[in-house]
Amino acid sequence: MARPAQQTPARVTKTCPLCGKQFGCAQGQPGCWCEAVVLRRETLAAIRTAADGCICPACLTAFADKERSGRDRDADGPGEVKATTIWAKALPHSAVRSRGVSALWAIIAVGFLAGALLLGLATGAASIGPLSIIASVLSHLQVFHVSSPLGTVDDAILWQVRAPRVVLAALVGGMLAVAGSAYQGVFRNPLADPYLLGVAAGAGLGATIAIAYSTARSDIGLLLPLAAFAGAVIAVAAAYVLGRSAGGVHGTSTLILAGVIVALFMTAIQTFVQTQRSDTLRAVYSWILGGFGTADWYAVVVVVPYIAVSSAIILLHRRVLDVLSLGDEEASSLGIDVRRARLVIVLVATAGTAAAVAVSGLIGFVGIIIPHTIRLLVSPSYRAIVPLSLLAGAGFLILADALARTILSPAELPIGVVTAFFGAPFFAILLRTSRRMVM
Amino acid sequence: MSEALAARDVTVVIGGARILSDVSATVERGEWVTVIGPNGAGKTTLLRAFAGLITFAGQVLVEGRAVLSSTRRQLARQIALVPQHPQTPQQLTVAEYVLLGRTPHIGYFATETRTDRLAAERAIARLGLRQFTTRLLGSLSGGELQRVVLARALAQEAPILLLDEPTSALDLGRQQDALELLDGLRRDSELTVLSAMHDLSLAGQYADRLLLLDGGRVVAEGKPDAVLTEEVISAHYDAKVQVIHENGTVFVLPRREEKRWVR
Repeated sequence: MARPAQQTPARVTKTCPLCGKQFGCAQGQPGCWCEAVVLRRETLAAIRTAADGCICPACLTAFADKERSGRDRDADGPGEVKATTIWAKALPHSAVRSRGVSALWAIIAVGFLAGALLLGLATGAASIGPLSIIASVLSHLQVFHVSSPLGTVDDAILWQVRAPRVVLAALVGGMLAVAGSAYQGVFRNPLADPYLLGVAAGAGLGATIAIAYSTARSDIGLLLPLAAFAGAVIAVAAAYVLGRSAGGVHGTSTLILAGVIVALFMTAIQTFVQTQRSDTLRAVYSWILGGFGTADWYAVVVVVPYIAVSSAIILLHRRVLDVLSLGDEEASSLGIDVRRARLVIVLVATAGTAAAVAVSGLIGFVGIIIPHTIRLLVSPSYRAIVPLSLLAGAGFLILADALARTILSPAELPIGVVTAFFGAPFFAILLRTSRRMVM
Repeated sequence: MSEALAARDVTVVIGGARILSDVSATVERGEWVTVIGPNGAGKTTLLRAFAGLITFAGQVLVEGRAVLSSTRRQLARQIALVPQHPQTPQQLTVAEYVLLGRTPHIGYFATETRTDRLAAERAIARLGLRQFTTRLLGSLSGGELQRVVLARALAQEAPILLLDEPTSALDLGRQQDALELLDGLRRDSELTVLSAMHDLSLAGQYADRLLLLDGGRVVAEGKPDAVLTEEVISAHYDAKVQVIHENGTVFVLPRREEKRWVR
């Protein structure tokens, strides 16, 4: 291992990709002849572009000689040569990389989202076929000069009823999945979901108060999302302040505990308000179960900024989330300001989640199941988990909403029922077949 | 001024307990200093203070610059830390894990470039890990993992290496392998090494100087043969030992004084 002289590394015969001659190679084990040849980094890079893998002694020496003659001309100091001494010649550099999103998985995820969008738009009482939908989409994009095959009624159904609903479901689904992956990364806890620090309880309390104490029924549509958003943000802020003041250096578990305490407290107030105004129970309950029954373009426009900014910032942190998986201490020694990184990620994930909750109610399961599915199927790296969760979460919630609309049509099922009813068995099968550790 | 690391009157209090009391120590550039001492002497805490991971009273200088006034990133470019029990996520590949060592050189929102991949590749090759490049960490043995963690620290390309019990999880042969490797690395790359170790014989054979901590204070300091004496060790370790000097090497052997249980 570290004593080359005492070991005879396994040698294989290779063919030089440059001159075609055969030569012996120890495949990167110490003691290979190539260790005697010292090269500069630039020369190695030049070899790499010329050949994939090991090259024979004659060719390597030729490169070294060329480098030496160049170096004499440049008259570099000897110190620089020593600092860039290189042994690595056997390994094709393509192997040293992080598994991110492969092209195949990117195509699968985009295809899944596109299919879900189409299916979501095609689902409903009025039958509008997928081909007409595509033609209608193209006709709305002025550049293509395609005339819409739909009549005015169908066009209105597609663009004023179904489209905002599908787009909103996509936004909320993507946001919840991305926020879930961010929380799991930041807390290094596979059970973390976007509601971990009290978002659900805070939003629930806000919505309950809005429903219970609003006088004019007409303004509830505007008031309710605002109250839910405010409640969610206040809850997480309270949890964060409590967790930090109590926890000191040892971050995550105190923070989670603080979140639980805040959630319990807020749920208590919510229950109190509900018993005071039992006539509003039904309205509160149907909001909590979540859904997109009231979706319109206005709701889409309101939440887009939050969700876009939040998921963009989390996407930018994907490598930081990988570093955080080494633990606070090691991430710190690698140059990450762990506290600040955690605060920023929790803050933006909370803002995005709160916006999503405000327009859709409390939709469970997406934030846990989607990131874990990606983790099991694709890669444990957040470089894959975060972007693919965005696409898969969006597609998943569109499909769940389409089911919620059709199963008991014309009545609607709460979407949370659908996400859990279909999500749980799917995830159970995945967990059994993959036989990998979750985190 | 060629001090890579300097601590002046460093005191650390954690939860009301004084872990370090007025510790002063220096490590010259290119030197290997090993901190020894009984359990609870404050070895790990001293390393953590040098890495800027804990708050302390006093002054810690890294390359002449105060630790607490440096950003985490600046510090990470100066010091690579190998903790005693590093977190090695099972599902990461060796390449991915070693690439994480490049973090201080990668923009906060960026991903690694070609330079980073070459640096990681050099570290992997230097530690003889090329055939493990795409293996998952969960599939490696303790000795292999130890080398992978070292490769991550090396990929960090920091001139100072802090090692907390680098060989505690290894068998005798792997301990020697790892320490020989470290000695070779620090000579090739002109690294400064500060390590904490339990095995006194090994510590004496590989370090230029030893620093003996007991109860949070420096009680002895100097060349291995000056520190590793029977009087010093029995006084501070509360142990019965025999110290053998042979060709300039010091061996510390535990010795049972009398057989207390005779059949």
